[in-house]
Amino acid sequence: MMRIVKPGLLTTVQDLGRPGYQQYGIVVGGALDGFAARAANLCVGNDDNAALLEMAQYGPEVIFERDTLVAWNGGDFDARVAGEPLPRDRAVRVAAGETINFWPARSGLRAWLAIAGGIDVPLVMGSRTTYRRAGLGGHEGRPLIAGDALKLFEPSPWARQVLATLQTGGKRAVAWTVRPETMGQPARPGVVRALRGPECDWFTKEAQRIFFSAAWRATNEADRMGVRLSGPELARRHEGEMVSSSVNAGTVQVPPAGQPIVLLPSRQSIGGYPRIAGVASVDLGRFTQLRPGDTVGFEEITLAVAHDLYLARERDFARVRMGLARLTG
Amino acid sequence: MQITPLGDNALVLELGTVIDESTHRRVQTAWRALAAAPLPAVSELVPAYTTVTVFYDPWAAVQAGAPALGIADWLGGLVRERLKNPPKMEKAKPRVVDVPVCYGGEHGPDLARVAAQAKLSPEEVIKRHAKADYLVHLIGFAPGFPYLGGLPKDLHTPRHAKPRMVVPPGSIGIGGEQTGIYPLATPGGWNLIGRTPLRVFRPEQNPPVLLAAGDRVKFRAITPEEFAKLQAPTSKLP
Repeated sequence: MMRIVKPGLLTTVQDLGRPGYQQYGIVVGGALDGFAARAANLCVGNDDNAALLEMAQYGPEVIFERDTLVAWNGGDFDARVAGEPLPRDRAVRVAAGETINFWPARSGLRAWLAIAGGIDVPLVMGSRTTYRRAGLGGHEGRPLIAGDALKLFEPSPWARQVLATLQTGGKRAVAWTVRPETMGQPARPGVVRALRGPECDWFTKEAQRIFFSAAWRATNEADRMGVRLSGPELARRHEGEMVSSSVNAGTVQVPPAGQPIVLLPSRQSIGGYPRIAGVASVDLGRFTQLRPGDTVGFEEITLAVAHDLYLARERDFARVRMGLARLTG
Repeated sequence: MQITPLGDNALVLELGTVIDESTHRRVQTAWRALAAAPLPAVSELVPAYTTVTVFYDPWAAVQAGAPALGIADWLGGLVRERLKNPPKMEKAKPRVVDVPVCYGGEHGPDLARVAAQAKLSPEEVIKRHAKADYLVHLIGFAPGFPYLGGLPKDLHTPRHAKPRMVVPPGSIGIGGEQTGIYPLATPGGWNLIGRTPLRVFRPEQNPPVLLAAGDRVKFRAITPEEFAKLQAPTSKLP
């Protein structure tokens, strides 16, 4: 059992989302940076899709009933266990009754906290993700509040062994780390790679050039659905309405005002604004950490390059997974 | 048919450019053919007015035999092949879904506004709205929200300049040229002309929604008493 003493600003139970239901108008959602969530789960011996906590800006204060293993990653939060720094990107032992806190992030915006075994909330339409708008999934379909108690699944044999080793050695944390932002071929700071979108040529040549070269500023209109950016106005050469069609996590759509919106995993299934670009999957996590005023640029890449980046990151992840499995095996 | 990437994990199949019944039939045919049997690495298929979007996992595609340098072409090829030789399917017979609606009164506070705009009596608005034959082009915007085609021209009514903070679930609205059913209590700017006691979104069921793309909808006027009865928990309606 995990008790929520303080909920933080916006803490929700997430897994990798609820795919397969977009045809019914149901959003996919899931951890906004699914790769970070997978890495946190990996550290504590969970399946990729195990349910964990996502937090924003400042996180929760939680207490566990039993000794357990946790791992967190994401923005630069001041995370503490029993007042001491809680190391990130690795398995950490937390004793029964010890308090974990996530004080406000020094930079970045979101973090993920995985607990060995994963959070035991009911599957709704195949997923444990909180679907806030419909009030279902996650814990009672809503962000956590003080006093919530979340059940946990049993830790894996691997996690139990890691925990036992830490306990006998009197150690707080393991020595190895899993850092999702270093896997594959990370983009340069302040830049994300992106493909041309289906309606890219609805924009003037100049607007296309501007899109892929300007420094775009994140606005405070940002949530789990998307981030609105501000910068030079993107002019269109093709007027008229687009027939509503699918949008994707990473789709950059441009409403009539000419300012782009980058869609995140909790986007709607259908959109009606021209899709100028699509952010490479491997770089989408950057948008979950942008604060109002932060800037970002788009670097144009081809689909083949995006796939290459994707495969490179997955290969790294598979290698780390194999390496960790051997630690105790 | 044009195939366009939507990011690095989805392909958009373009089956037409305008919203009409023949495009709709092509979308439905393609969607059904692709859904009839699993395609490797494909996680979901999403139909819209003129497109079907195929979501896939590039890593799973390579595991399934795609060349690392030509994943999209490989998947596009499988899609074209499937559409050329679709598996045997039952003939698509559109489902006609009967939707009881209590028009006007507390359930349809904007009926008079729509009537005034159309220069018709409220009774005539109800008659025309219920008489028309509607097609569910797609489901989107909210869980189970149908984008319906077929609203008679004289009932087209501009949206409210200021949306309502909360529209009760089941409300039937008219927004511009469209009519639809609000599945959840959400803010909304459409003109509310009535309400159905049916649950449009029922997450505990499979499928979790009342309507699907390709369905036909017939609205049927009911009295407030019938509405209350149908909405009662003892009712056998879903």
